[in-house]
Order: sequence, then C-alpha cells, then structure tokens
Amino acid sequence: MTNNASGTHGAVLADTVPDDADRPVVQLRNAGKAYGNVRALHGVDLQVHPGQVTCILGDNGAGKSTLIKIISGLHEHTEGEFLVDGRPVHFTTPRQALDRGIATVYQDLATVPLMPVWRNFFLGSEMTKGPWPIRRLDIEKMKQTADQELRNMGIVLDNLDQPIGTLSGGQRQCVAIARAVYFGARVLILDEPTAALGVKQSGVVLKYVAAARERGLGVIFITHNPHHAYMVGDHFSVLRLGTLELSAERSRITLEDLTHHMAGGTELAALKHELSQVRGVDVEELPEEVDLTVPVAATGEAAAS
Amino acid sequence: MSTAQHAEPAVNTPPAPGPKETDGRAVQRTLTLRVLARPDVGVFLGAAAVYVFFLISAPPVRDAGSMANILYQSSTIGIMALPVALLMIGGEFDLSAGVAVITSALTASMLSYQLTANVWVGVIAALVVSLGIGFLNGWLVVKTGLPSFLVTLGSFLILQGVNLAVTKLVTGNVATDDISDMDGFDQARKLFASSFDIGGVQVKITIFWWLLFAAIATWVLLRTRYGNWTFAVGGNKDSSRAVGVPVAFTKISLFMLVGFGAWFVGMHQLFSFSTVQSGEGVGQELIYISAAVIGGCLLTGGAGSAIGPVFGAFMFGMVQQGIVYAGWNPDWFKAFLGVMLLGAVLINLWVQRTATGR
Repeated sequence: MTNNASGTHGAVLADTVPDDADRPVVQLRNAGKAYGNVRALHGVDLQVHPGQVTCILGDNGAGKSTLIKIISGLHEHTEGEFLVDGRPVHFTTPRQALDRGIATVYQDLATVPLMPVWRNFFLGSEMTKGPWPIRRLDIEKMKQTADQELRNMGIVLDNLDQPIGTLSGGQRQCVAIARAVYFGARVLILDEPTAALGVKQSGVVLKYVAAARERGLGVIFITHNPHHAYMVGDHFSVLRLGTLELSAERSRITLEDLTHHMAGGTELAALKHELSQVRGVDVEELPEEVDLTVPVAATGEAAAS
Repeated sequence: MSTAQHAEPAVNTPPAPGPKETDGRAVQRTLTLRVLARPDVGVFLGAAAVYVFFLISAPPVRDAGSMANILYQSSTIGIMALPVALLMIGGEFDLSAGVAVITSALTASMLSYQLTANVWVGVIAALVVSLGIGFLNGWLVVKTGLPSFLVTLGSFLILQGVNLAVTKLVTGNVATDDISDMDGFDQARKLFASSFDIGGVQVKITIFWWLLFAAIATWVLLRTRYGNWTFAVGGNKDSSRAVGVPVAFTKISLFMLVGFGAWFVGMHQLFSFSTVQSGEGVGQELIYISAAVIGGCLLTGGAGSAIGPVFGAFMFGMVQQGIVYAGWNPDWFKAFLGVMLLGAVLINLWVQRTATGR
C-alpha cells in the first residue's frame, strides 16, 4: 500500500504559478524554526496569493502550529526567508503582522470568553471618540459596526452584549473571521477552525472561508482534515515531520492523493474506511460543497481582473 | 444613557458556557434576575445587611458622626481596594500592597527629615519609589511568566524587612521622627488628611478621594480602551496578545496603579499621625484583596467592577467600627471579619447561581 512518493521527504510537485497571478502577499523561502536544538520546522516554501485558499495539512506534531506562529508573528523564524509583499520581514509581535494585514484566527485563543461579542470584535482596535483626557470608547458605533459586519458575513446574533463564551464554537470562529475581514486583513490564517466543530458548524465555517476568498483575501487554512481542505482549497501543502511532504495545486491532485499524503502511506486501509464514513457525511452536505467548489473555477477570472 | 445600562451588565455577568443561548433560543431573563446576577449587586445587598445589623445591635451607629467615622475607616481600605481590584480583574495579585503603603510613608518621612527639606520633596520621592515598586513587580511577572502570587510574596517579604531595617538604621528606632513642624506639612496635610465640617459633622477628605477614585475607575474600566484591555488581559492573556492588546503595558501599569494607591494611603497615614511605625502594614494586603473579592472581582481575573469593592470596603469599615460601637470586645474583630467574608462570598455565590440559573 505504500508507494515511493509517500513517506519520503521532498516529494514536492513542481509548483506552477499561474501566469496572470499577482505577486504573492506572503512568501516563505526555505524557512525554518529551531527551538534550542530541536528543529521544529525546516525547508518550508509557501506562497499565499490574494483570492486563493492555501491549505496546510499535517498530522499532530508535523509543524503546522510552528509555521503559523511564524507567519502570525508569535515566533520569529530562525532559518530561510519570510517575505511580505516581496520584502523580507522579521516579526517579533503579532501587532507587526497585523499592521501588515496578516490576521490570525486561532482555534482556542481567538476570543476572550467573558467579554461581550462587540467588545471581542473590536478588542485591540477599539473605536474611540473625544480628545485625550476623556477619550472614550465609541460604544454605539462599535455595536452598530459589529452587527453590520456580522450580518454581512451572514451571522445574525440576538444580543451582541452576551459574553462570547456563550456562543457555540462555530459562531465564535465566524465572529473571529468577520473581525479579521473587517480590520482589513489581506491574509487570513485559520488555525484548525473546524477541529472542534460538528459537521454542520464546520460547513458554516467553510462557507465563511469561501466568503473571505471571494472578498479577495489570501487564506491560509490549517487543518488535519483533507476533506475540509479539499472543499475550499486552491493549493495544498502537506507537512510531515517538520518539512514539506507535498506542495501541489488543486488541479494536480485528487482527494485520494491528499489523504494518502496525509497518512504518509501507512495505515491507508484503515483510513480509507474512515474516509468512506466521513464521505457519507460530506454527501449530506452536498449542496454546500457545490457552493464551495464553484468559486474555484472562477479563481482564474478573479486573479485576472 | 441607554448604552450605559446595556454595557455594564454584559461585562460583569459571569459566563454561562454551553451552546444553549443562541439565535432566538435564548430566553430573556426577568429584570430582577438580571440585576441580581451582577456581582456588585450581591455585595451591595451584603453591605446593606451588615449595616442594618449594626444599626439594630449598636445604637451609636445611628449617629451621623459615627457614620462619618465608619466611612473614613472604609475609605482607607477602599482607596487601596480599588487598584487591587483592577489588578485582580487584570488577572494578577499583589501581596506587597500592605507593606508598600508603609514603605511609601517611610520614604517620604525619613527623606524629608534627614535632608531637612520641604515635605513635598519626600512626597514626590515616595511617589517615584511606589511606582517603581509597582513597575518592578509587574515587570518581573510579565517577563518571567511566574505567578504574581510568588513574585509579590517575594517583594512583600523584601519590603517588610527593608522597612524595619532601614528605619532602624536611619533613625535608630522602629518609628520615624515627627515631621509635623516641617515646611509644607500643613499644605500636604490639607491634601491628604484634612477634614471638612458638613452639617456639624467632621468628614475626612479621604472619603471624597475614595469616591472620586471609584468614579474614575468605573469610567476607565467600562468606557476606555484601557479598561477594555484590563478585562481582556485578565480574561485571556494569549488571545489578547494575539489580537494586538499591549499585554505587558497593561499588566505593568496595573501594578503601578497599585503603587499609586499605596503612595496615596501612605501619605494619608504620614500626614495624619506625622510619624510612621515601620512594622505596620503586614496583613493589610489580605484585607484589600478580601474587599475586592467580596466586591465581586473574580479571583482568576477577567470579571469584576470598581463599584463592588467600594461596598466591599464599606463592609470592612462597618464591621471594624461597628464592633467598637456595639461595645463588644474588639479582640473578636478578625473572627467576625472572617465570618463576614465567608458569608458574603456564599451569599454572592448563591445569588449568582440563582440568577444565572445554574
């Protein structure tokens, strides 16, 4: 069941950059990160184009978290190059990444549970009014804007004053995505947004991923679920043991390939069994899958315009 | 005005986890329950109960003069309980708050006495020292990531030792020299420790300072970015950092705010008694923390108010003076206080559970 392409490092398919594509917003060249004498990540090449979803897949401990921590500014890379708009950068705080338009939606650290939805929406970038000594939060405007933005993304909440901890996991992810989109993110990093969610909620989140792409954002979608990735992805990178196992465009890979690479060729039989089960679930969600796959065909147009 | 009513409960309401309350399925609770769910309402009822209790059992409490005295006692606790509460909302502790008050008073007293300078020189120097202690506490907590309990336990012990040792070294005594005849003393006393005559009752200025600080703290907490950050760093430090909240700045400045409070109370003590006992202040930090907790501040951070600790401090002042007015043996004070603390916390918990329906 194992073939030559799997289980070895560096089985990277040639990356054909679309001729009419813009310069990548975010680019990693041979990047890596070492914690002391542990090389958590090495030799990673990655390009993020506007209006495209780049999926990063990998099993636990493959280096996915390290990779997004570098891009989002939580950790500095120790090897290779990290370019934003073609210029090399070294981020030391997430604020710097945010200022360059790179926003991250974390799986579990996206929000402050005890704070109301609207305060969470604007946390760190609050709207204020009035001169300095009495400069204060523009609460009315913030509530209105948050409500408007959430509605634009298709999220309707009864009460923006409820603590965000009372929302479901999917809703919280969606609020975080809407927030990132509103604050002018050009690159949106989603850290396993569907990991802890049910099927229906995962579908909702995937819809917002597609919505963010429609708005021209470059999306980095981290997941260990190849099905979710394949639904929305334009480009797939599979990480394994801290380096790239696969990097391929959607047109050059099938869901089976992707799953195969994720599994590293081992235990494939067991996985296929699982796959068929999950697939059954996907079939139920089929209308949404159609919704989600349609924009892929339009990507070329979007990039051309 | 309507925004004020909407914004406040939301911040203070404890979380009701679980995906139950979502689109259209959330049932609006009755107004009474929603009001009761606020932690500062619970402490208000507790304070009212203690007040009524002493009103009945200690007749002298009914006198306006006694009330002024009780409020004065509460204000000396309350002025410190405020920054301690803000720090607690920000997710940290300061065990050195009690002795830091004395450190500040000692610095001002000894510095101006030894230099025979205007007392304002000492007052300003004490402010710098107090803010510096707060900064060091905060900086150590932020940089090392150690629990603030440990860091400030260290600074508590250090300050306690330094207070005694340096005072003995400089004055040869455990108390500082009387500075009441020095330049600027009367001026400073006016600011920190004077009294007003209101309707024949002597009212201490600290009561006004206390209420003013409480009003400012409430406004800052609910209406400014800094307040938003305070809730955020206490509620989830990592999320806050990830969305761009300056976590280190917020935490360190909260510690420095406690330093400011310690300076203010220290100056009040110095200019009330014109001399400072270097061994005092130990144990006060727990009183401040208790007042904040009774006031509905979450021990783990992220929730609370500035009004709650005002009532918390009032409860303490009430009990302290009430026992005296009731003619009971003051030795019972601490025991009584402990019962009050437990009782208040339990009532608070019960009210919250009933109101949040868990």
